[in-house]
Amino acid sequence: MSLDTETVRRIAYLARVQIPEAELEPLAGELNNILGWIEQLSEVNTDDVEPMTSVADMDMYKRADAVTDGDCREAVLANAPDGKGAFFTVPKVVE
Amino acid sequence: MAALNELTIAEAGRKLDAGEISAQELTQDCLDAMAAARDMNAFVTETPEIALERAAASDARRASGDTVGPMDGIPVALKDLYCTEGVLTTASSHILDGFIPEYESTVSANLRDDGAIMLGKTNMDEFAMGSATVTSYYGPTKNPWTLDDGKDRVPGGSSGGSATAVAAHLGLAATGTDTGGSIRQPASFSGIVGMKPTYGRCSRWGLVAYASSLDQAGPMTKSVEDAAIMLQSMAGHDPKDTTSAPIDLPDFRAALTGDVRGLKVGIPKEYVIDGMPEEIGALWKQGAEMFRDAGAEIVDISLPHTSYALPTYYIISPAEASSNLARYDGVRFGLRVDGDSLDEMYANTRAEGFGTEVRRRIMIGTYVLSAGYYDAYYVKAQKVRTRIAQDFDAAFNDVDVILTPTAPSPAFAVGEKMDDPIAMYLNDVFTVPASLAGLPGVSVPAGLSAEGLPLGLQVIGRAFDEETMFRAAHVLERQAAFTAKPAGMRG
Repeated sequence: MSLDTETVRRIAYLARVQIPEAELEPLAGELNNILGWIEQLSEVNTDDVEPMTSVADMDMYKRADAVTDGDCREAVLANAPDGKGAFFTVPKVVE
Repeated sequence: MAALNELTIAEAGRKLDAGEISAQELTQDCLDAMAAARDMNAFVTETPEIALERAAASDARRASGDTVGPMDGIPVALKDLYCTEGVLTTASSHILDGFIPEYESTVSANLRDDGAIMLGKTNMDEFAMGSATVTSYYGPTKNPWTLDDGKDRVPGGSSGGSATAVAAHLGLAATGTDTGGSIRQPASFSGIVGMKPTYGRCSRWGLVAYASSLDQAGPMTKSVEDAAIMLQSMAGHDPKDTTSAPIDLPDFRAALTGDVRGLKVGIPKEYVIDGMPEEIGALWKQGAEMFRDAGAEIVDISLPHTSYALPTYYIISPAEASSNLARYDGVRFGLRVDGDSLDEMYANTRAEGFGTEVRRRIMIGTYVLSAGYYDAYYVKAQKVRTRIAQDFDAAFNDVDVILTPTAPSPAFAVGEKMDDPIAMYLNDVFTVPASLAGLPGVSVPAGLSAEGLPLGLQVIGRAFDEETMFRAAHVLERQAAFTAKPAGMRG
């Protein structure tokens, strides 16, 4: 599998990272080098092997289903780069 | 008497208990050392006011007989990946500009509650992605170890600021975090002890996330005993992290019996790799001899999937990172770069806020998780990860601990390995397998390279058996008797 610049442009959009047009091709080269190196995993026989989803051999700890937090609007908003009053703001999304 | 900042935690604790020194004197010596070593760039943020205030509080507790444990009054540096209440937390990334958490990470809160004194926040590779502390937005950290060639050496990474802080005696100890080797490899490069606990031993709550199935907090210290003391404070179950293990902590320090007679130490043949300097193989052999001399039994073992660990890691960790780093959207915290639409604002913010290596890993991660490639890359990597963990399970039927080199080279010069990402990734070839299997590992300084730079050996233990790992590492430390100091610091 090899990435072309069009695929890199699509991944950049999915990741919401602006990549200048001139950097798409060099980036495709870098990513292809890494993916080519990763390709060696195809040598490993993984028939009947379960994918590891959790490294710890234990049941997930579950706390009581109770409200333990809240009433902290100011703390939540304290770091907003463009907070207004009780709100986060974003560029206009509804015309 | 040597300056107080050169003490270990254990030594300082004895002097504090005996009333020979105060926490304020101890802290002031560290702050003075930090001020004199600013050209090393070990810290992103220094917190002298907080440090002196907590030191005074510690002295007051001691005066009234209310000391809260062996970390009380001990000045430590925190990696800038730990969220600290009211103190700038950056993960050494531009995208966290101005981020001042409203809360304290569980691990740093544990240390604070046990009386440890925060000196400041240490520099690191951006979002813990790197092995040399050269991807920091705040510039590289220098290793106190140098050679006569006039070049600065990297301290390793990603916890390189913490490694330098300990190696240069700017603090008595430091916290690190380790995803694929980010505590152990810098410990090896800097001649200190660096310990990654079993996955689940320390809470991840309040750590800036990189790869959640791998990230672990751990201590970076001047001795194995100090690592045991500090881990005791950092670790423990936390209801706020569902992957934190709900099991009681053993007494780690009590495990340091000095006796490894009959202990079985595994030597994995797959850790002999192409291009590794001969001196590292020789040091590894010496390490095995030290264990044999102390009465342990050396056992040859095989971990057949070792060579697949790095490529597996470079699917799983970028995949998790691309998901975790989706939160940096310019809306809720940190940097924001405007755009004409919401999507443009996101893309502009993330383009300016993330450095080259972070962007690269987000791209890889997004790709391997994208429709059509998920099974071929991500699920395949999860399956190989299972095979790697099974290798260790099988080996631990025959041995109690595993001995390996920590890193395939001594510290390299700042600026090297910058154009080839894969060459940089290879730094973690010996640390990543245990990370993927969730196992505890510790790097112990064991010798010097021919040129005069420190080299570490790694002891890997069974899951949740840090005690045996510490016991072995403590004996290795005693046998290796590493006393060398960086050139500028020989008294």
